[in-house]
Amino acid sequence: MKRTAGYLLIGIFFGIVMFKSEAASWFRIYEMFRFEAFHMYGIIGSALIIGIIGVQIIKRKHLKSFFGEPIKIASKERGFKKYFFGGIIFGLGWALAGACPGPIYTLIGAGYISVVVVLIGALGGAFLYGLLRKHLPH
Amino acid sequence: MEFILEPWPWYVAGPLIALVMFLLIFMGKKFGMSSNLETLCTVCGAGKRSDYFNVDWKASRWNLIVILGAAIGGFFAAHLLSTDTSVEISAETVSNLEGLGFFSAGEAYLPERLFSMEAFTDIGSLAILLIGGLLIGFGARYAAGCTSGHAISGLSNLQLPSLIAVIGFFIGGLVMVHLLFPIIF
Repeated sequence: MKRTAGYLLIGIFFGIVMFKSEAASWFRIYEMFRFEAFHMYGIIGSALIIGIIGVQIIKRKHLKSFFGEPIKIASKERGFKKYFFGGIIFGLGWALAGACPGPIYTLIGAGYISVVVVLIGALGGAFLYGLLRKHLPH
Repeated sequence: MEFILEPWPWYVAGPLIALVMFLLIFMGKKFGMSSNLETLCTVCGAGKRSDYFNVDWKASRWNLIVILGAAIGGFFAAHLLSTDTSVEISAETVSNLEGLGFFSAGEAYLPERLFSMEAFTDIGSLAILLIGGLLIGFGARYAAGCTSGHAISGLSNLQLPSLIAVIGFFIGGLVMVHLLFPIIF
């Protein structure tokens, strides 16, 4: 129950950050891909610098979780094709609909009902991948 | 407290996103939003059609709670923590968008042409949102991650696969915006 409340609070915080930083705005994504502002690069870049330092500290100091369990940060499976082709397909959608899989929920919560169509599409896309994955290069 | 109601600058937002990732890591989980799409497919019974979805979704329940929170956070941010939600994009971007027929640039959070209630009854706009969504969902699962899972979590852990995925994200985004937008809009 405590953990559930924790996830909910982290999610609420994440949603607020996504909306208030305008990372959930179609316009910001478009502007980013046109290289006409530093905003999105600043968000991702500063998150990354702090992220890299923090992850190194967690790994080297063998820090424990809030619940005293050892923290395991899994490595990504090796590969090229799935990351490259999947990445390109994702990028096409990210630029077209202007939302990534986190902000989709944030925008729906904010009251942009038409984003439900993007969510339905994304669920359809994930389902389609599940059906076709055996035939795709990975 | 005035600054909370204003749009948050990148140097506030970036570190807070890193904080979200660390909080999830210290909860014993990870920061990755797109796996929820898969989980929701499983919840809806997609396991009957493909073994890929034949997993115990209860193990991913925590992440569904995170996205429920993300929606609630969106509600709070838009209705309680903002006085003006218009996005001040650069003047260059505004004039470029006007050339493509987007007249709400700089004055709204999302383009009215795609996301307003009028657009909701327009087949063309709906098709764009649906196709955009399809590409997002398909691509994110094919690449096994999206902006949060690869660009933030994966790169923070110096993962080469995540770098390949992020390069892919940018190739796709640049192709869409520079080559396909003039055809679509």
